[in-house]
Amino acid sequence: MAKVRAVWYCVKSLKMPAKTQASPEAIPEAEGAAVSVSLAGIRRVFPPDVVAIEAIDLHVPPGQFLAILGPSGSGKSTLLRLVAGLDRPTAGKVSLGRANPPTAYVFQDAHLLPWRTVLHNVALPLELRGVPGSHRLAAAREAVERVGLGDALHRYPAQLSGGMRMRASLARALVTEPHLLLLDEPFAALDEITRHRLDEQLRALWRERGMTVVFVTHSIPEATYLAQRTVVLSRRPARVVLDHAVELPVDRPAAIRGEPAFAAQMRVLYEALEVAER
Amino acid sequence: MSNRWRVILPPLVPFVVVTVGVEVLVRSGVIPSYVLPAPSAVFESVFRDFRELASATWSTTKASVAGFAASGAIGVLIAVALSSSRWVERAFYPYAVFFQTVPIIAIAPLLVIWFGFDLRTVIASAFIVSVFPVIANTLTGLLSTDPALRDLFRLYGASPAATLWKLRLPSALPSILTGLRIAAGLAVIGAIVGEFISGSGIGGVIDVARTQQRLDKVFAGLLLSSLLGLGLFALVNLASRLALRHWHASEQSR
Repeated sequence: MAKVRAVWYCVKSLKMPAKTQASPEAIPEAEGAAVSVSLAGIRRVFPPDVVAIEAIDLHVPPGQFLAILGPSGSGKSTLLRLVAGLDRPTAGKVSLGRANPPTAYVFQDAHLLPWRTVLHNVALPLELRGVPGSHRLAAAREAVERVGLGDALHRYPAQLSGGMRMRASLARALVTEPHLLLLDEPFAALDEITRHRLDEQLRALWRERGMTVVFVTHSIPEATYLAQRTVVLSRRPARVVLDHAVELPVDRPAAIRGEPAFAAQMRVLYEALEVAER
Repeated sequence: MSNRWRVILPPLVPFVVVTVGVEVLVRSGVIPSYVLPAPSAVFESVFRDFRELASATWSTTKASVAGFAASGAIGVLIAVALSSSRWVERAFYPYAVFFQTVPIIAIAPLLVIWFGFDLRTVIASAFIVSVFPVIANTLTGLLSTDPALRDLFRLYGASPAATLWKLRLPSALPSILTGLRIAAGLAVIGAIVGEFISGSGIGGVIDVARTQQRLDKVFAGLLLSSLLGLGLFALVNLASRLALRHWHASEQSR
């Protein structure tokens, strides 16, 4: 059985990190607020002989926002599960900057506990780590408000729209103040406008917190808008087709999606994806 | 008020139609009363033999409820144990199926030998008949936990106990309640079978009345036992509504 990466939590980190205006570039301000991820010679074969990942070497420095782009079934999710420690590679090594960093994972669907209200869903990760009730509820309330769900604190998932559920899922990931945030096509099932809004919110949160983010998607505009760096994977067996630093300013207002520079970046990824599809 | 009637009225219609129909058929002599008693005679018997039937019903109620409770508790425990590993499931599930396939009428005399002419025999009989649906449904529920949520619990370092209490049992709850719903009716059937052998409760009354050609009393017993089953079923439904109303599709938008 794969070793479970125990995730550490300190009550003192409940307080939101102070925002620093010093550097607009989201290099982590607080000591240890982000963690590096290194993949060396990763290969993953699913029995009997499905090679999901051929050979991937990748280094993600602390605080980087990395998008992984690839066609459906290209092993993107497999890669993310390996980083999370939810799966073991057949060969190669996943190493993180330090042992057991607080890690959060957001799935393609919200995957909330349907019998719990938004507040108690968001408090779950703290509850599992034994944080006392009043602390965890205060932290959960703050996280819920941070994603703009303050009105829905006491509602059940069945009473929420898809976008609201995804926000709750994001709040549940953020409540642990993760140093590593992994997202697996989190907004793929949402309508375009909701998706844009959540992308903008996610980027704002990343700039505020400075954690390392690995974001898996098959959307070129999404990868372009969000990431500092985009890695394009090939069809199975996955290998890196392109490793591209996104040449866009750090400040990315919603309107940037209409600019020529944005289109140029999308074009680079589009061409790589064309290659990847072959 | 009109809402309430919409719930009460539909099942009442076939009841009235059948009761009145049988009454007419028996009174007009189309059906002789030694084949089927007139519904009026059955109701009369309920009142005439009230004391006997009431104490018999109370005894059957105790045994059914105890057997049903045992099925619920032990059934869920067995399912949790079976779900703990593939190996355990393969090793023991066939023996759980035994409860489903055992002909209760054949082992009821054995129960008398083991427990005596006692309420315990009746409880054991109710338990044996009703436990399997609880095991089978709970097991299905426990094994169909959302894999993503299981991953999430792993990622957050949840202990096996926390995963059971906070994830696996709550997500299995709708299935557990389905099992309990089936078990409620079966527990009464099991109790009546046990009583046929041990001679107590509604089962005992029916058995004696049958030998005395008192068909009205037989039917009075049948009526009371089905009311008892219905009552247990309604209790489970109520519990299900209370437990699931916020989150499960089966209890919403009704």
